Amino acid sequence: MTTPPLVRVRGLKIGATTDAGRKVEIIKGVSFDIAPGEIIALIGESGSGKTTIALSLMGHTRTGCAIHGGEISLGTSVVTAMTERQRARLRGTEVSYVPQSAAAAFNPSKRIMDQVIEIADIHKLMPPAQARAKAVELFRALALPDPENIGSRYPHQVSGGQLQRLSAAMALIGDPKLVIFDEPTTALDVTTQIEVLRAFKSVMAKGGISGVYVSHDLAVVAQIADRIIVLRGGEIQEEGPTDQILNAPRHAYTRQLLAAFEPVPHVPLAVPEAEARKPILEVVNLHAGYGPVRNGEPAAKILKDVSFRLERGRNLGVIGESGSGKSTLARAIAGILPPYKGSVLMNGHEMGRDIQTRSKEELRKAQMVFQLADTALNPAHSINTILARPLTFYHGLKGKARDARVARLLDMVHLPASLRHRLPGELSGGQKQRVNLARALAADPDLILCDEITSALDTVVAAAILDLLKELQRELGISYMFISHDLSTVEAICDDVLVMLKGEVVEALPAAEMSARATHPYSRLLISSIPKLDTGWLAGLEQDPQLVAQFAQR
Amino acid sequence: MMTLRSASTPDRGRKPRAYSFNWVGRIGLAVMLFWAVVAVIGPWISPHPPGEIVDWDYFGPVTENFWMGTDYLGRDIFSRILMGARFTVGIALAAVTLACTFGVILGMVAAVTGGWFDMILSRLLDAFNGIPSLLFGLVVVAAVGSSIPVLVLTLGAIYMPGAYRFARALAVNVNTMDFVTVARARGERTPYLIVREIFPNILGPVLADLGLRFVFIVLVLSGLSFLGLGVQPPNADWGGLVRENIEGLSLGAPAVIFPSIAIASLTISVNMFIDNLPTKIRDRSE
Repeated sequence: MTTPPLVRVRGLKIGATTDAGRKVEIIKGVSFDIAPGEIIALIGESGSGKTTIALSLMGHTRTGCAIHGGEISLGTSVVTAMTERQRARLRGTEVSYVPQSAAAAFNPSKRIMDQVIEIADIHKLMPPAQARAKAVELFRALALPDPENIGSRYPHQVSGGQLQRLSAAMALIGDPKLVIFDEPTTALDVTTQIEVLRAFKSVMAKGGISGVYVSHDLAVVAQIADRIIVLRGGEIQEEGPTDQILNAPRHAYTRQLLAAFEPVPHVPLAVPEAEARKPILEVVNLHAGYGPVRNGEPAAKILKDVSFRLERGRNLGVIGESGSGKSTLARAIAGILPPYKGSVLMNGHEMGRDIQTRSKEELRKAQMVFQLADTALNPAHSINTILARPLTFYHGLKGKARDARVARLLDMVHLPASLRHRLPGELSGGQKQRVNLARALAADPDLILCDEITSALDTVVAAAILDLLKELQRELGISYMFISHDLSTVEAICDDVLVMLKGEVVEALPAAEMSARATHPYSRLLISSIPKLDTGWLAGLEQDPQLVAQFAQR
Repeated sequence: MMTLRSASTPDRGRKPRAYSFNWVGRIGLAVMLFWAVVAVIGPWISPHPPGEIVDWDYFGPVTENFWMGTDYLGRDIFSRILMGARFTVGIALAAVTLACTFGVILGMVAAVTGGWFDMILSRLLDAFNGIPSLLFGLVVVAAVGSSIPVLVLTLGAIYMPGAYRFARALAVNVNTMDFVTVARARGERTPYLIVREIFPNILGPVLADLGLRFVFIVLVLSGLSFLGLGVQPPNADWGGLVRENIEGLSLGAPAVIFPSIAIASLTISVNMFIDNLPTKIRDRSE
């Protein structure tokens, strides 16, 4: 007989009451087990209830939610039957939590060591000196640099990846039997993510600790989990060993999730020879930065000497880690951040530096779509108002003609026309991003600057947006400049790729053969760091440690 | 096109967003409306002419004829409070409208324009804010003499910098949102940005601030009148009524109590109302 499971969840139901007094069922009867030493992954789109389930294992629900039914037991104790005081004793010693944003989880005014050993202090597990020694051991196990002294630093003095590993140390100090990881690497750069995943994996395996890994990223989960539970709408869709889920998914939704990972190479748009010669966008020696300008140069220089050409009907991808200047490049091209040196040419014609000096026509030709769909839509305006404004502003459309055009725009982005009277707050994330696209299309642009437009969306929704972009390109002949940190997205939509590092373009590559043709060491490092849908990828990954030390800010 | 419209109709009806109050807000609203109505129709419903001596006794008690007693000259306090509502509510409303209109518009312009305009305006108004409000009122009224326009302008000027600061702080936050960047990148001019993009998103807090500022103005106006610098006799606002009859306090006369209650009821009800504004107004982004 096998060993009894560490965690038993049976018929778990969690619900909430909205402000309007309506009762909402968030988790609709979920049952699963976790064996000792096993790591299971909860995967699903936002709103699928993955975090809610993970938190309930600590006996915790977010404000407004409550466990309505079912039973959770951890070892011999039944979490659902406990009083709040008993649950408090459980947290940190039996089960602990690693949050998504370590930066938000650390108190910026206290030293790291004091925060890491806090659990030992609260639960009176061991004397402080012993706790400190144990923390240093954990730091070493998590491959943190300078484990003896890192604890005496403040949270802002270590990097994001280090902080995430330190929060794991915080979770592990009380020797828990179960650790809950809530999207711990989602906010990290890919090159940093690798080290963090490796550290998590080795420390969990060494201690024989069970884990729950909440994520929306199948490729990350494939590296760390033994078993995967696929969730949707508060119900389990499929449950199985990682290999089976990845290679032989049974449920249609799992297949859909996996299909979103399949890179579909992009076919460039066929354009008449004469037109193709003229680049739609040409950037020459572009320099831009922030801060007070002195002697014609801003205090913080971000973009350094960026030059590239984007030909009509082709799409350009820009990849790089956070802080590499990708978004700044888009802003400089759009004129939101005026460059201090260099020029931007559209259709061979030089555009003004900032918005004020550009003509309406120049502004119309290049539209921008932002990463966060909801902050890019005015919450006080209806969708109709939002889409109608550029039509009036650029084309002078009014009344019936404008109404018809708004309906046509909504149709182009596959949204029902009835949506036009709604406010942005009443739309889902994917719908909002479609409205943003429709607004950009309303201007009738030649070029759309897409700044991480799919990064905040769920895998399946993001894949649908990419399909939409391709379809619009076929119909309207527009070009995209596509900024992303996600290489598979870039591969799916772009013809050429620029790799950026610290404000400079280090390499320009054809998108289809990125990994084969990359010669610059940083491009190679970046491309090799993208997790693959293969359980052995992380273990088999070999990176030149010198390269890593040089480029990755771990 | 017809089918599209009919399809959208049930969609709108489904929305459970109504202007509903909780009971505290409702009480506040009721008292506020009561005083607003009184301010309009006061002279017609007052049982006695407010300016005339109707009782031979001074500081008279509450009787069947004089519901709130009589004042130091033997005038009916009830009638005088009804009449005083006109001065207190009217002046305060005019002043708060003035303060908030100018303050909010300047605040939004400063937030959107930024740069030296914002810098100079903010520092100037900060400096102005440093002058104690009652003291400033005293000096102005003492220098120019008291009349209703002077009172409205003075009170408006005292509370304008606060409204400016508040609106600017809100507008600066909205100004950095992506949808404002989108509008700006589209080539929109400052007036459009202010009216269409920023104002709707700061309206809720600005309304709440307007209520709070109204309360402050009522209190400062009452204070000025109490010092004899507000509404001049024979007219009197509520603060003036308190001042006129302050000697009656030692006699236990109701003449000084009821105007004070009127001031308290108005200020507290406005506070109750703005603290319990419907969520739709208070938090438009939800």
